[in-house]
This record gives sequence, structure tokens and C-alpha cells, in this order.
Amino acid sequence: MKYICLGYYDETQWATMSESESNAVIDECFTYEDILRKNGHFASVEVCNPRNATTIRSRNGQVSITDGPYTETKEQLGAVLILEATDLNHAVQLMAKHPGVKYGSIFDIRPAGDMTEMIRESEQRRGGQS
Amino acid sequence: MGELAAEQVQEKVDAVYRSESRRILATLIRLLGDFELAEDALHDAFRAALEQWSKEGVPANPRAWLITAGRFKAIEAIRRRARFDASQATIAEQFGGEAREVANFDSDSIEDDRLRLIFTCCHPALAPEARVALTLREVCGLTTEEIAHAFLTAPSALAKRIVRAKAKIRDARIPYQVPSADELPDRLDAVLQVIYLVFNEGYSASSGESVTRSDLSGEAVRLGRLLAELLPEPEVIGLLALMLLQESRRVARTSPTGELILLEDQDRALWNRDQIAEGKGLVKKALSLRRFGAYTLQAAIAAVHADASEAAATNWARVVSFYDVLFQVHPSPVVELNRAAALAMRDGPDAGLALIDAILARGDLLDYHWAHSARADLWRRKGNPEKARASYEMALTLARHGAEKRFIERQLAELD
Repeated sequence: MKYICLGYYDETQWATMSESESNAVIDECFTYEDILRKNGHFASVEVCNPRNATTIRSRNGQVSITDGPYTETKEQLGAVLILEATDLNHAVQLMAKHPGVKYGSIFDIRPAGDMTEMIRESEQRRGGQS
Repeated sequence: MGELAAEQVQEKVDAVYRSESRRILATLIRLLGDFELAEDALHDAFRAALEQWSKEGVPANPRAWLITAGRFKAIEAIRRRARFDASQATIAEQFGGEAREVANFDSDSIEDDRLRLIFTCCHPALAPEARVALTLREVCGLTTEEIAHAFLTAPSALAKRIVRAKAKIRDARIPYQVPSADELPDRLDAVLQVIYLVFNEGYSASSGESVTRSDLSGEAVRLGRLLAELLPEPEVIGLLALMLLQESRRVARTSPTGELILLEDQDRALWNRDQIAEGKGLVKKALSLRRFGAYTLQAAIAAVHADASEAAATNWARVVSFYDVLFQVHPSPVVELNRAAALAMRDGPDAGLALIDAILARGDLLDYHWAHSARADLWRRKGNPEKARASYEMALTLARHGAEKRFIERQLAELD
């Protein structure tokens, strides 16, 4: 089963680190992610720039574009990991060992919704129209 | 086999429901992998029992009969749905196969299921209030209305909380497992917290006028006994001991009009000797197992009080020494405050006051009314009613509970 792990971190804490310190943390995190990947627990990861978010939504029937992020917190969303785990306890076990956690990162672990059924139904509806 | 009278069967089914329904539910959740499905299956099984036992007689092993019937009913229900929905057919196949045979469920695996249920209901990924509600509902078998009434919430809000928790278990796939040895200490802690919270909710209501809601305390003690039987870890035994020793003073701690009576003023003849004897035995056992913690130590302190025929005969040196260890295991301002009060009994009010003043000076417990009451009591003993009055008045503004407020008012009146 897939779990989406949203990784948050406190930018101000990073700002206090020297370059060699932050490089060491990054290397440690990537080493662990390599292990996860090798064991088949790691589907993908994307890192995002916490300072660079653009929010779009509909306002009065028009798409409005604003400076993001949509939810403002002290901790910034820094990475999105897709994890492959048997159940929540397994996912927690895998993420608890992620070095980011001991350096202050916070992870929200969310089960990925199974859309197979939704897609199948939608295809039926769309197929019916054509 | 002759037909049994309807009321005889009803009585038997009711009796089996009372003694076995929680075990059966725990096993059905494992077999079916879903709380809702298992609950429906449980009720279908008991309905079938009512019908069939009157014709065929009561089976030799009612529990196994009901588990098998419940599983069969669930598969039937899934198959019925599957006729409308092809994707459900495969699920029905998974449960099929041996469904019709009367499985011989050994009691070990059934007891494991009860533990699985407890650990799942108390999983730390669930909101704390949801853990309490779910445990009382699924493990203890209380109705949603009963739980809502005990916690002074609306049944609809409580029902929603339970539904949300079950959805999280299903969708996040919280496994139906007893945690492994390395996870056990943390996970067990979460379970003990739930049990003690239920106990305290019954022992001292958090709001409203009634101080004791004994039903919840009784439920917590039953849960504690069950857990101690299934998983005799030192802290499980320690918590059971603590609850029994506190429970032993229930009748003595409030007056017939509902006024709080402090430990030192209680009529010790009213203490329940059976509960004290059992509690003391459990404390001894937990201490002998070494890996004890905060619950066992609090129980040990309660046991010292239980040994004293009157307040003046309390072995305060022993109480203080247990508080010393408790503070090492669980350093918290409240433990520090209780230690200060015990120290004042051993060494005099000055020693206690110095410690309490230090806690307050640090900024801890400033809004905890017991800290100000304790300080007031020590000033009173030192013969300074003005200082005592000021502290009691501070406590009075902080107390929320009706009985607690009246207690402080009485202390103030006695200063005059």
C-alpha cells in the first residue's frame, strides 16, 4: 500500500547551519532513502522550494492566481515522499528511521487513496457518452 | 433434541452475550478485517443463535458456534452485495473456503485477539478522545449513549468520533496486531493512559456536580484486570493496584452530601479492606518484577497510606522515599508538589513550603489550585492564618469543580 509522506521543516533552523553541516544532513538523508529504494519501500520523492508556492483557485468563475502557500505554517513543506509499506505501523517504522526526523523534520503520513474503482466508474460513464 | 422454551433460550443467549460478545467481536474483526463488518456479523450471529438454539439446542461450544455463524453471515452479506458489484466477488472468495466448517478456535488465539483489539483501539495514530471512546465501545461493550452520558457529550458527537476512528483504522490500514517487543513499552503506555483516564473520569468528574461516577471506574478496573491477565507486565499490574487502592477509599472520600474529604480526615473504617489487600498484593508483585514505573510507585505510596490505622500513624519517611524514586522516573511539577507535601509531614511545614515556593517561583503550577491549597495548609500549620487565607483565596479562583470549590470555602471558614 502507498503512503504519501509530507515532510515539513523549519527554515530558520537550517539557516543557522554551516554549509558542511547541512551537506552532512542531506547526505545522511539521501543515504537512507537509497536503502529504502533498494528494499522496494520507496516509490518516489520530490523536493520542493518552500519559498516558492503559487496558489490557484476559482473566484467568481475566474481562476485567480495568488502568492502561496495556501496554508501558512512556521514549518515549511519541503519534500513529498511516496512510500510503499504493508500497513501504517510499517510506514511509521520506516519513516521513524529517516534521518530528517532526528534533525527536526516533521512528517505527515497519509494513506494514498485507491482510485481504481473511481477511475473504472468514471471510464464507464465517459464511455457511455461517446 | 427437544425444543427449548423461548425464554430459556433468550436467557442463555443473553448470558453468552454478556460473557462472550467482546471475545467474539475481537476474533471476528481479525477474521473479517473490518470493524463495521464484524459488528454487523456479531449481531447477526446472536440473532441466528436465538432462532437455531431453540430448535437444535444450545451447542457444546457457544463461542465457536457464534464465531463461525458470524463469519458465515458476513460472507453472505458480502456475496449479496457482490451480486450488484463484481469487484466484491473476489473479497467473498477470500473469506470462503472453510467458512462452513465449525472451526475449533483455541482459546490462546482468542485471547490474543482481545489484546489485538485493545492495542488497535488505543493506537497512538488515533486522537486521544477517540481512543477512549473506541475502547469503551469495542472492548468494554458500552453503548454510544452510555459513553456519551459518562463523558457529558452529545451521543451524536460521540458516534461521529467513533465512526471517524474506525475509518482511520481502515483507510490508513492500522494493523490488527499486538506490538512487537521493541514497540511494546510505548504502545503499552498509550493503553495504560486510556485505562487510567477512564478510571479518573469516574473517580473525579472533570466538570459538573457529581464527584464520583463509579460506573466508569468500575469499567477501568475491569479493563485493568483483563489486561493484567493477558499481559502481566509490571506497570499493568501496578496500574491495577493503583486503581484498586484508590477505589478502596471511594466511600470515605466524599460525605453523604457530596463534600470532598481529604485523606487525613477520612474515616478509615470505611476503606474497603478487600480492595486494599488485593492492591497491596499486586504492588508487591509489580515491585518484585523490577521493570516497574510511575503507576507501580504511585500504588506503592497508596499502599503505605492504606497501612496506617490513622493519618498520624503514616510512615512518611517511606512515602517520601517512594516519591524520590517516582520523581526520578517521572519528573513532573505535580510529583514534586506531592513530594513537598509528604516532606512537610516528615520534616515540618517549613521544609514543604520552601519546595512549593520554589516550584511556583519557577512559574510551574501557578494555575493548579491544589498547589495553592497545599501552600495554604502549610501556612495554617505554621500559625499564619493571613498567609493561609491569601493562598486559599487564590486556590478558590482556580478551582472549577463544585465540590472542590466548596472544600476550599470550608477551609477558609475554618480559619476564622
